[in-house]
Amino acid sequence: MIISTIAFYLFAAMTIASAFMVISAKNPVHSVLYLILAFFNSAALFVLLGAEFIAMILIVVYVGAVAVLFLFVVMMLDINFAELRQGFLQYLPIGGLIGLILLIELILVVSGWALSPEAIQVGSQVAPTVSDLTNTEQLGHVIYTDYAYLFQIAGMILLVAMIGAIVLTNRTRPGVRKQKIAEQVYRRPEDSMAVRKVEPGQGV
Amino acid sequence: MAEFWDIYLLPTLIIVGQILLIVLPLLLAVAYLTLYERKVMAVMQLRKGPNVVGPFGLLQPLADGAKLFFKETVVPTGANKVLFLLAPMVTFILSLIAWAVIPFDEGWVLADINVGILYLFAISSLGVYGIIVAGWASNSRYPFLGALRSAAQMVSYEVSIGFVIVTVLLCAGTLNLTGIVESQKGDLGLLNWWFVPLFPMFIIFFVSILAETNRHPFDLPEAEAELVAGYQTEYSSMAFALFFLGEYANMILMSGICTVLFLGGWLPPADWAIFTWIPGIIWFGIKIAILLFVFIWVRATLPRYRYDQLMRLGWKVFLPFSLLWVVVTAGFLVYFDMVPA
Repeated sequence: MIISTIAFYLFAAMTIASAFMVISAKNPVHSVLYLILAFFNSAALFVLLGAEFIAMILIVVYVGAVAVLFLFVVMMLDINFAELRQGFLQYLPIGGLIGLILLIELILVVSGWALSPEAIQVGSQVAPTVSDLTNTEQLGHVIYTDYAYLFQIAGMILLVAMIGAIVLTNRTRPGVRKQKIAEQVYRRPEDSMAVRKVEPGQGV
Repeated sequence: MAEFWDIYLLPTLIIVGQILLIVLPLLLAVAYLTLYERKVMAVMQLRKGPNVVGPFGLLQPLADGAKLFFKETVVPTGANKVLFLLAPMVTFILSLIAWAVIPFDEGWVLADINVGILYLFAISSLGVYGIIVAGWASNSRYPFLGALRSAAQMVSYEVSIGFVIVTVLLCAGTLNLTGIVESQKGDLGLLNWWFVPLFPMFIIFFVSILAETNRHPFDLPEAEAELVAGYQTEYSSMAFALFFLGEYANMILMSGICTVLFLGGWLPPADWAIFTWIPGIIWFGIKIAILLFVFIWVRATLPRYRYDQLMRLGWKVFLPFSLLWVVVTAGFLVYFDMVPA
């Protein structure tokens, strides 16, 4: 018990610290690496909660795919760090204002949640009984039976977004010579070769 | 104090002992895999291979290790020092921690977790970080190009590996690796393993793990003819050795995953007494050795892919085909009511 408590505080503190480093690191590549560290620690928190499926999916999707592409893009950017820091004071007021608004909203939401009677009821409900299903199976049951339509709609939205992104970035450039593998495979010696009898001293 | 010993210290010591029991043979296997590779390639090319150090060149890996150990560690001036040294460690550690969930025999597994295969998928998808960070931190052109190539390559082939894993999971009905091996048990022995009903996926998986481990014919991240040594260009001494060990440990790991998913893990190929008498870990080792032989065979035989052909194969051939096969398998299982409970 005490080990899991220590582990919780360790991972939680690491998550917060690395999240702070994401916004305060001077080098954007370092920021992305700290972001990855934050993902890792949140995955560890999920494992402590007993939600190992979500923890693994978090790592596969966010760390294994999203953050790689993110790192990819950030590394390719040619950023002038001195120029970046010049604008700091200029953007400070508006940034601070946005931060303040977010903070007020958060306070409102959190305090409202703590005071509303329904929320207290939710909190006082008994935890659902532990079944012998693994949490992968439980998630499957919930997603594919109770929320099947919502799940399908979410999939459709992602598909539309994906197609939209491809349409927006796809340019058809004229004059590009592409390899057509099927054509190469179907090419026969007769199509491109001819056997000639060459007389000496005459050429073809 | 006795309680503290029983609850915390003893289990920790047992786990540390188990970890050593896995890691030490693994490192030995990695060392001798290099010799295996050189010997097999030598035979294929009608050469003798290493035969000077020790009997049949058996001490060659140790000599190579000692040579690397005594070399000077060079850190380029322009490099980002922390990340430069972190990258080989990441590669090496990732190739070792994945072994925690691999079942070597019935019950011979360090952590028998519910989501074993997802854990392996997660770890193998992290392998790209060692390479991409190494390429960036070296602050040099060739390593950076190698890192960019490998990032694109590994992300592309991971997608089809994911779909292949999904098909096997559909048939096995569990994410637990021991469960996946158990699901291949049957009267037919060899024919009961998943590589028979899912043969196309087995091929796709094997080609994808070639790409995932950056092996020939997909070794573009370190294509020596165009990129010097790719992301490893600036590395020397033990930092290079860690990359090298990590890469070879990854090859063994990927062969191990392939064995668990398709070749029945520790199961003998038939239920005959002489086969069942041989312990499961030997069968597991034999299957891995066969797959590694194919890795080397491919290296000795095929020329390197061009980069656009590599991308085409990943995205335009493997991805649609494996996606289709997931649908076909799922439809088949539902139609014939064969979905595992």
